[in-house]
Amino acid sequence: MEKNSIAPFPLIVVGGSAGSLEVILSFLPLLRKDLKVAILIVLHRSSDPDPVLQSLLSSKTSIAVKEAEEKELLMKGVIYIAPADYHLLIEKDFTFSLDYSEKVNYSRPSIDVTFEIAAEVFKERTTGILLSGANTDGTEGLMAVKATGGTTVVQDPSTASVPYMPQYAVSHAPVDHVLKAADIAAFINSQ
Amino acid sequence: MELNIIGDDEVEILLRDLIEIYGYDFTDYSRASLKRRINRIVLIGKFPSFAELRYKLKFDPDFLKEFIEQITVNVTEMFRDPSFYKTLREEVLPRLGTYPLIRIWHAGCSTGEEVYSMAILLKEINLYHKCLIYATDINPTVLEKAMKGMFPLSQMRKYSENYLLSGGKKEFSGYYSANYEFAKFDDALREKMIFSTHNLVCDRSFNEFQLILCRNVLIYFDKNLQARVFSLFDDSLENLGYLALGTKETLRFSPLAARFRQIINAEKIWRKIA
Repeated sequence: MEKNSIAPFPLIVVGGSAGSLEVILSFLPLLRKDLKVAILIVLHRSSDPDPVLQSLLSSKTSIAVKEAEEKELLMKGVIYIAPADYHLLIEKDFTFSLDYSEKVNYSRPSIDVTFEIAAEVFKERTTGILLSGANTDGTEGLMAVKATGGTTVVQDPSTASVPYMPQYAVSHAPVDHVLKAADIAAFINSQ
Repeated sequence: MELNIIGDDEVEILLRDLIEIYGYDFTDYSRASLKRRINRIVLIGKFPSFAELRYKLKFDPDFLKEFIEQITVNVTEMFRDPSFYKTLREEVLPRLGTYPLIRIWHAGCSTGEEVYSMAILLKEINLYHKCLIYATDINPTVLEKAMKGMFPLSQMRKYSENYLLSGGKKEFSGYYSANYEFAKFDDALREKMIFSTHNLVCDRSFNEFQLILCRNVLIYFDKNLQARVFSLFDDSLENLGYLALGTKETLRFSPLAARFRQIINAEKIWRKIA
């Protein structure tokens, strides 16, 4: 059995739905090149495999951007994208697992699923950032992040092009920081 | 918020019970997914505690069936990943046409949606009459569903789209008749299908095949079990036979990779070359 050891570096999970891509594209160029964390981006998108997303995100930063692969060991200084149409899980040995089970909150990948498993494995070294969207996905996951001692961040709904998802989180989950879209890069750089 | 009644230690206890009482070995399954599934059972079954779940699993063999069905993921669809089926239709199956008897194995077929998709492809390229399609799963309950060939009518729009994207030229609705909320697929599609339980963890090779499909099964296995299953497939494949995996699964890191060649980069289909 794999024992749960102390996370070797902090993990930031960014969850977004409608209107979140523009936020990600705006903060990526501002991230420091020597990231001390791993970043995991879980986006609601069409179920068709979409290699365009990876190249689009890569074009905005010199930090390595890649799709998370099953059994791959997480590394700090890398930005991972959850593959389309799979839930993204993390094992106790800090490797990725993929899961094609039922949609959660009408979504696969679901932000809740990855927030929850990140909280379980990276514990207090987990930060969940929830961006713009029209769904309630992410709120329960933020509660799990908080419950294991992690940090919860939500995009200021007034700066979100679709405020429903961040607003729902602010109203229902313990949120440490409500950040304007423009302040997210600075927050990540400070981690 | 989903409460995790079942922690890591409880998962291990249940896995040990399953081996000792029933001979089902899930110890080489990836834990993250397994633990989520077990907690889902607790939530849906409204088990107040781990002890109740364990008791029911130990003493209620009917519940065991349900438990196995629930901890394994049985989400599937017809013509899933249409470009994959297009490659089967255009590149792989025509090359099998020269064999007098074509043996195909769907390993981990779940409720059978992909098996019926295969049967439709084979019908359309006139190879069905000389095929045998073996469809196996660890789970007897899903095989019973697969044998019936009845899938929710609500899915047919999606499946019809997938079918057309995979290069299908016919009217998809010609393959089934609507029966209340189900689409009942033609019996003719089932004539060459053989359904059987088979556990990839412990059961051996049972035939030689020209094509083995095992899609979105290996993602739930740890590295050791993946390696064992790859060698089972190698033993079960004729030379020049094909192995088809799920979109996110790969043979690339297996020691057996040298004996196989990926047919085109975009699809997870390998041909055995040595």
